[in-house]
Amino acid sequence: MKSVRISLVLALILALAFVSAPKADNHQSQSLTIVWAEWDPANYLQELSKDFTAETGIAVDVIQIPWPNFQDKVFTAFVGKSDLYDIVIGDSQWLGRNSQGKNYINLTDWINENIDVASIYGPAMTAFAEYPKGSGTYWALPAEVDAAGYVYRKDLFEDPNEMKAFQAKYGYALAPPKTYDQLRDIAEFFTRPDQDLYGIATWYSKEYDGITMGFQQVMWSFGGAYGDPENYKVDGYINTEDAAKALEFYTDLLKFSPPDAPNYYWAETLNAYNSGKVAMAMNYFAFFPAVINPEVNKISHDKSGFFIAPAGPKGHYISIGGQGMSISSYSKNKDLAKQYMKWFMQKPVQEKWAMLGGFTPHKEVLQSDTFKTATPFNEAFAASFPYLRDFWAVPEYAELLETCQTNWSQAISGIKSAKEALNAIARKHEEIFEDAGYYDE
Amino acid sequence: MASLLAAFINNMQTTPPFPRVKTQTSRGMSDYQLKMAFIMPTMILLILMNIFPLLWSLYLSFHRYKASMPTPPKFIGVRNYSRLLADPEIWGYFQTTAYFVLLAVAAQFFIGFGLALLLNRDFRYKGFVTTMLLLPMMLSPVVVGLFWRFILSSDNAGLLNYFLSPFLKSPIGWTTNPKVAMLAVVIVDTWMWSPFMMLIALAGLSAVPKSLYEAADVDRASAWFKFRWITLPLVSPLLLIALLFRTMDAFKMFDIVYVLTREGGPGTATETVSMNLYKLAFRNYNTGKACAMAYILLIIIVALSNIYVKYLNRVKGEA
Repeated sequence: MKSVRISLVLALILALAFVSAPKADNHQSQSLTIVWAEWDPANYLQELSKDFTAETGIAVDVIQIPWPNFQDKVFTAFVGKSDLYDIVIGDSQWLGRNSQGKNYINLTDWINENIDVASIYGPAMTAFAEYPKGSGTYWALPAEVDAAGYVYRKDLFEDPNEMKAFQAKYGYALAPPKTYDQLRDIAEFFTRPDQDLYGIATWYSKEYDGITMGFQQVMWSFGGAYGDPENYKVDGYINTEDAAKALEFYTDLLKFSPPDAPNYYWAETLNAYNSGKVAMAMNYFAFFPAVINPEVNKISHDKSGFFIAPAGPKGHYISIGGQGMSISSYSKNKDLAKQYMKWFMQKPVQEKWAMLGGFTPHKEVLQSDTFKTATPFNEAFAASFPYLRDFWAVPEYAELLETCQTNWSQAISGIKSAKEALNAIARKHEEIFEDAGYYDE
Repeated sequence: MASLLAAFINNMQTTPPFPRVKTQTSRGMSDYQLKMAFIMPTMILLILMNIFPLLWSLYLSFHRYKASMPTPPKFIGVRNYSRLLADPEIWGYFQTTAYFVLLAVAAQFFIGFGLALLLNRDFRYKGFVTTMLLLPMMLSPVVVGLFWRFILSSDNAGLLNYFLSPFLKSPIGWTTNPKVAMLAVVIVDTWMWSPFMMLIALAGLSAVPKSLYEAADVDRASAWFKFRWITLPLVSPLLLIALLFRTMDAFKMFDIVYVLTREGGPGTATETVSMNLYKLAFRNYNTGKACAMAYILLIIIVALSNIYVKYLNRVKGEA
C-alpha cells in the first residue's frame, strides 16, 4: 500500500511540474546562432543581421565570447558535439583542426555553385576559407578581413617643438615610421616616464595568441620564418640569426613601453593609447573604432593618425587578422546557415557591412573610395593587404601557438635568451610535426 | 487534488515511516533489498561521475588520443608518461608548483593560526571582526584574481604601487617581473585562504578546556609554556587537517594564476602544473598526454596526503 501511496505522490509532483513548465511555442520562428569573439565587429554583425531577419523572418543571435576564452569555449562545444552554434566565425588558424576534426562542414560544392568566388579578395579566400592551402577545398567564407596596424598621436607628431627636437636628435623628420628602426627611434624619443608618457604599446601578452601576433610580423620582416610549408622543417628557419635579432629588437621595445606592457593584449594596448600614455600603439584595425570614439577616447579621438606596420631590414610582412564564417557540423540549421551566408556575401550587404565598420572581403567594396574614406583608418587597412601573412593553419596549430607564446614570453621576461627561446620553439615544433606524422614519408 | 494531498499528509502522520523491526516489507522486500534500493542511485551516480572518468582517463593515458579529432585512441604504452617525465619543462612546472605550495601554505598557516590566537579571546565586535576576516575565502577565485590584477598592476595605476610610490624609485612589476610574480600569486592566495586556516584553528582553540589553563595558572606557568604544552598539542590534529586541505588545494592552483598572471606568466614564472595541464587538455586537446599528466599529479597529491595522514595519526595518538 505504502509504495502505491509513494507512487501517487511522485506522480502528483511530476504532473504539477509538467503543468507548471513553460509551454513550448510551436509557432516559434526559425533562428540562427552565430558565435564570435567579443568585439565591435560582432556588434556590427548583430546590427547587420536585422536586415536578414526583416527579409526572411529568421532571427539571428550573435553570441560573443571574450577573446582569451574564445577558442577554448568553442572547441569544448565541438568536442561535446553541441548544436549550440550554427555558424562559427573562427580564426584562420582554426581551419586545419576544424576541417580535419570534422567540426566544420565542407562547403566546396556549395560555394562553387552559390557564391561568386571571383568577387572575394583572393588572399582572404585562401587565408580564411581554404584548407589545405591551394587545394580549392573550402570550409568557410571570409567574414572579417583584418590586419595589424598602428595608431599614433598626431598632436605629438605634428607639434613643431617635438619635430624640431626629433630632427636635431635623429637627423631626419618626425613622421609615421616606414621601418622598424624608425619606429624604435620614435618610441625612444617619446619615452618620458616623468610625464607618464611612453613611446609605444604593442602586444606582449601570454594570453591566447597575444605576443605571437605582435612579434611574428617583426620576425618575418627581419628575415625569420616559421618553417618550410612544403616539408614542415622548422630548424634553420625560426631559429636563425635574423629571427634572434628580431626577438631582441622586440624585447628592446619594452624599454619604451609602459611598465605593465609585458601583460599587454588588445584591450590593454587600446587602454594605454586612449588614456594618453603612449605616442604609438599596435593593434588590429578592427579594434580601432574605439580609438576614434569620443566616448571611449576622450584625449585623442580627433588627434589620431594611422599607419601600416613598418618594413624590416629583410622584407615587409604584416600579421593577418580576421575570421572566416563556417557552419558547425553539429548544427541543426545547416540550410538556414547557408541561406544566411549567401545573403551575407551579396554586394549590397557587404557595402552595408563596410559602412557599419566591418572589414569586408568583397574586392570591389574593399577597393572603393567609399570604403577607404569611411573611417580614418580604412586607407591604412587597405594599404596593409599586400603584406599579409598568417601563422600555421594546420590541425596542430594550437600546440604550435602555445609553444611560441610560452617561449617568446620567456624571452621578453629575461628567463631565456632570444636564441634559447627560438631553439626551444624549433625543437618543440619539429616534435609536434613528427608526432603528427608530417615527416613519415 | 487537495483532498488527496490532505489524505496523504494525514496518513503520513498516523503511520510510522518505516516498520522498526521487520525483515520483510508488505511487497516482500527484504531489509537488504530496501537498503540496496536506497543506496544504488547514489552508487550508480558515483560510478558514472567519479569512477568511470577515473578509469577512462587511466585508459586514455596509455593512448595517443586527441578529443578534438575523429581518430580513435591508439595504444602507445607508457610513452605519454615517459615523455612527460623526460621533459625538463614539465619538471620546471612541478618545481614552480612546489615552490608555490611551500610559500603559500606556510604563510597561510602562520597568518591563519596567528589570527585565530588573536580571536580566541573576548572583545567587542568579535563576531563582526571574525565575519569580516572570513569574507575573502567566500569570494570566487576568479573575482579575487581580477581585482588583485588591478591592485597589483605593474605601473603606478596599480593601487599597491600607487601607495608605495613615495618609497620606490620605480614601480614594482608585481605581475611582469619573473622574480616577483610568484610572490604576487602567494600574496593573493594567502589573502584568500588564511581565513580558512584561521577558522579551523579557531574551532580547535575554542575546544581546549579552560580548566587546563586555569590549572597552569595555579602552577604559575608562563604564556609560552601554556602555548607549547597545552594549546599546541590539542590543536595540532585540526591544524594538520587544515594543512592537508590547503596543501592539496594549493597543488591544484589554477584559477588565480589564470587570471592574475595571465596563464602563468611572465614567461613560465608562475605556470603551475594545473595551468599547464589545462593547456594540454583544453587548448591543445592532447587528451592522452593530459590524462597521463593528471595521473602523475594525482599520485603526488595522494603521496603527500598519506604523509600528512600518517603524521596526523601519530599526533592524535600522542594527544
